[in-house]
Amino acid sequence: MANVHATNTGHEHAVHHAHVHHHDDDHEESFVSKYVFSMDHKMISRQFLITAVVMAVIAMTMSIIFRMQLAWPGEKFAFINAMLGDKWGKDGVLDPNMYLALVTIHGTIMVFFVLTGGLSGTFSNLLIPYQIGARDMASGFLNMLSYWFFFISSCIMLTSLFIEDGPASGGWTIYPPLSALPEAMPGSKLGMTLWLVSMSLFIVSSLLGGLNYIVTIINLRTKGMKMTRMPLTIWAFLITAILGVLSFPVLLSCALLLIFDRSMGTSFYLSDIYIGGRPLDNVGGSPVLFEHLFWFLGHPEVYIVLLPALGITSEIISTNTRKPIFGYRAMIGSMLAIGFLSFIVWGHHMFLTGMNPFLGSVFVFTTLLIAIPSAVKAFNYITTLWKGNIQYTPAMLFSIGLVSSFVTGGVTGIILADSTLDITVHDTYFVVAHFHIVMGLSAIFGMFAGVYHWFPKLFLRMMNKKLGYLHFWLTFVCAYGVFFPMHFLGLAGVPRRYYTNSNFPMFDNLVDINEIVTVCAIIGALAQVIFLFNFFYSMFRGEKATQNPWNSNTLEWTTPVANIHGNWPGSLPVVHRWAYDYSKPGQEHDFVPQTVPLADGEHDGGGH
Amino acid sequence: MKLLILIGLVLLIIAVHQLMRVIELSRELKKTREWQVSEKDNRFNGKAMLAFMFLFFSFFFWQVNRWNDKSLPDAASEHGVKVDALWDANIYLITFVFLVTNAVLFYFAYKYSGKKDSKATFFAHNNKLEMIWTIVPAVALAFIIIFGLKYWNEITDHAQEKDKVVIELYAKQFDWTARYPGKDGKLGSTDYRQIDGSNAVGLDTLDETGFDDILIKNEFHIPVNREIEFKMRSRDVIHSAFMPHFRAQMNCVPGMVTTFKFKPIKTTAEMRKDPYVIQLMDGINKQRAKDGKEAVEFDYLLLCNKICGASHYNMQMNIIVDTPADYEAWLSKQKAIKTKTVASAEVK
Repeated sequence: MANVHATNTGHEHAVHHAHVHHHDDDHEESFVSKYVFSMDHKMISRQFLITAVVMAVIAMTMSIIFRMQLAWPGEKFAFINAMLGDKWGKDGVLDPNMYLALVTIHGTIMVFFVLTGGLSGTFSNLLIPYQIGARDMASGFLNMLSYWFFFISSCIMLTSLFIEDGPASGGWTIYPPLSALPEAMPGSKLGMTLWLVSMSLFIVSSLLGGLNYIVTIINLRTKGMKMTRMPLTIWAFLITAILGVLSFPVLLSCALLLIFDRSMGTSFYLSDIYIGGRPLDNVGGSPVLFEHLFWFLGHPEVYIVLLPALGITSEIISTNTRKPIFGYRAMIGSMLAIGFLSFIVWGHHMFLTGMNPFLGSVFVFTTLLIAIPSAVKAFNYITTLWKGNIQYTPAMLFSIGLVSSFVTGGVTGIILADSTLDITVHDTYFVVAHFHIVMGLSAIFGMFAGVYHWFPKLFLRMMNKKLGYLHFWLTFVCAYGVFFPMHFLGLAGVPRRYYTNSNFPMFDNLVDINEIVTVCAIIGALAQVIFLFNFFYSMFRGEKATQNPWNSNTLEWTTPVANIHGNWPGSLPVVHRWAYDYSKPGQEHDFVPQTVPLADGEHDGGGH
Repeated sequence: MKLLILIGLVLLIIAVHQLMRVIELSRELKKTREWQVSEKDNRFNGKAMLAFMFLFFSFFFWQVNRWNDKSLPDAASEHGVKVDALWDANIYLITFVFLVTNAVLFYFAYKYSGKKDSKATFFAHNNKLEMIWTIVPAVALAFIIIFGLKYWNEITDHAQEKDKVVIELYAKQFDWTARYPGKDGKLGSTDYRQIDGSNAVGLDTLDETGFDDILIKNEFHIPVNREIEFKMRSRDVIHSAFMPHFRAQMNCVPGMVTTFKFKPIKTTAEMRKDPYVIQLMDGINKQRAKDGKEAVEFDYLLLCNKICGASHYNMQMNIIVDTPADYEAWLSKQKAIKTKTVASAEVK
């Protein structure tokens, strides 16, 4: 516990405790306490990352399977049979129920396990103590619990793939009554129960993590680390954690009511239903209530996924352009605005659900408002590049990729937010294209950028640069190759979640679009093998990291290249300036770490 | 065979491993660090960014050129024409923003790729610039919101016209039933508990207004130039009535009645003569010939657009838009359900 106490003390106090730390290091830790039930933020970060990588590979493989079905419906693939066996992939043809199951679990894993748990879990854990100058999280124990809840929840989600009726298959949004009634589809039997149990545990994990992040950022900043000196990564993680803490409990209640409806005969979401040859007793509930509760989480969730990625790239773009991030305060302001607005826009998912149209109008207004801070962020990134001295690390490439996808996917949001225009493309592939580009690609690019950039802090080694380049360019080209053509499917009116588009004539002329999408998806998926190789190879055999390989200003680069409890061997660093003094006139180097005191008459921050 | 593949894989891994080892050793001799970014790397990636921009934009225009005429035909409903106009304005706007912003991004990425002796400009903020890109989007969005909401209010308003046609769309796993009110112009009330083999949509067997109702499967007719008010219901799970050609969509939710209205402006026959629709159908029939399927003619379609189970992809119904005379003639031929329901009511 010594390290936990030491974290929130002042400067001198910390020096005193530092001896205790050295003591700790001399102890040989057991395998279990070091690698398994670790309370060290760095180890927990690695655990989150590796779990997320495994989950991402599974979810990506699923997408390849259903993309093959969509491009070549009814064709026989040995691959599908090998992956799914004779029950779900008889003769290599995907079963329609399994198609829905794959779509559902692909979405669930990607949104929650990879881009929420994986992204926030990895980088909030790694960077919050490092960048604010703390010895560890406020509560190492809660942090450990957070990971293990996440782990159990991942295991349950994966277990549901192997049960007789198949996993949940009502779409990742699990709208009842489809998800509530076992008669409605096989996936709504045990698979749905496991989904709900898994997600409930996931929410527990997310809340434990989120509370810890907030408390740590507010209480454990080192001397001189004012809120206005925090790197934008930390701001992003703080706002993300607040969003999570405020919205995930609503999803939990939403899931609990669904559990009640499923197993205890309540009628929160059910009314007037005749299914399986008999009328049900449930009267008075409404599926629209579920949709409100779900999207009250669901929309902030989009920003829970996106903000950490934006925070990570803010840091990386500034470091690698060798320039301060443009409009530091405006960036914080926009993130706060996005965070606030994200709570009052959920209804734009529900324009056509039978919700009162006037309510829809209100949501049109708030949703389009959110485009303003988003635009500010995008333009600020671009201005940061202007007159920079860009160093193309793989992380920087992915960050530029993020800005591009954020813009490309963002503009179609303006269409979808407009209830009038949404009528035509609601629930079509236009929506699929929109959210995969703006949320999926942006967030995953941010995650890749973070992995390449902070690999030296995660595993004390460097990733291979050339493989990183190859990985980026293949991924970037294929990503647009997969998701851009989907807009045109949407314009032709193709609905989402159709097992095949060739069952009736209307979409027969779209075969070539579907083929291009699938071919790009397969190449893009294979490109990830390069990343996986680079990741695991570098973990053990990469070049040894140096202390500050990217000449960065933030505090994590003042720690030695070693895994030590308490992060800094001596006293905690003291912060004297903001994190973005790159290429500051009158300075010897093109970076000035936050620990360097201000010279006489030197202004802090970017002003004046 | 599997063994061979396995051995091949193992050999491949060993080969890659050895290769990496050689590279590592040679690097140690040279004392350079692989991960450090050289000016050459910057130049390469900067140029690649620019090249990507051209590739990306070419891909974009190629897609527009190739696939734009696979989009839905012009709206076949009165409000749909307005929706399309608003759509076009929005699409031009966002395409402009998309192209300009990406162009600037990739150009900067190329132009300012790092050089050894150059130094970045310390430019941390500028209130005027930030004001510009707060206010310009705000003004543009204000226009979008105003027009969007004006049309939205019109579209979602109650059906006003006196000669409106009321039709119920009843959804269940996995088909649609259209119910017409019959001669009395009133849809009979319903009760889901009375659903059985002979009463598929759950009519209240004691409500006489329902006796003359007409149930239609597979293909239903509507008259052109009259307001059609749809009332949607669902028997089991959420479905969504999506009529893309009319720019119409509304969820069917168990336990409630949702509505959507529109006024069709082109009959099915007129649509079949439309040059755009003809080229659309040519494309479809060409592909069908390739797949060994028979050629088809254009039809309006009602699709399910909310995941509803295994056959979600296979839940549609044809819509025929008739001239008023044809519509009346068709309607008069349809049988009311009266006799059946009375009989079953008496049995009870």
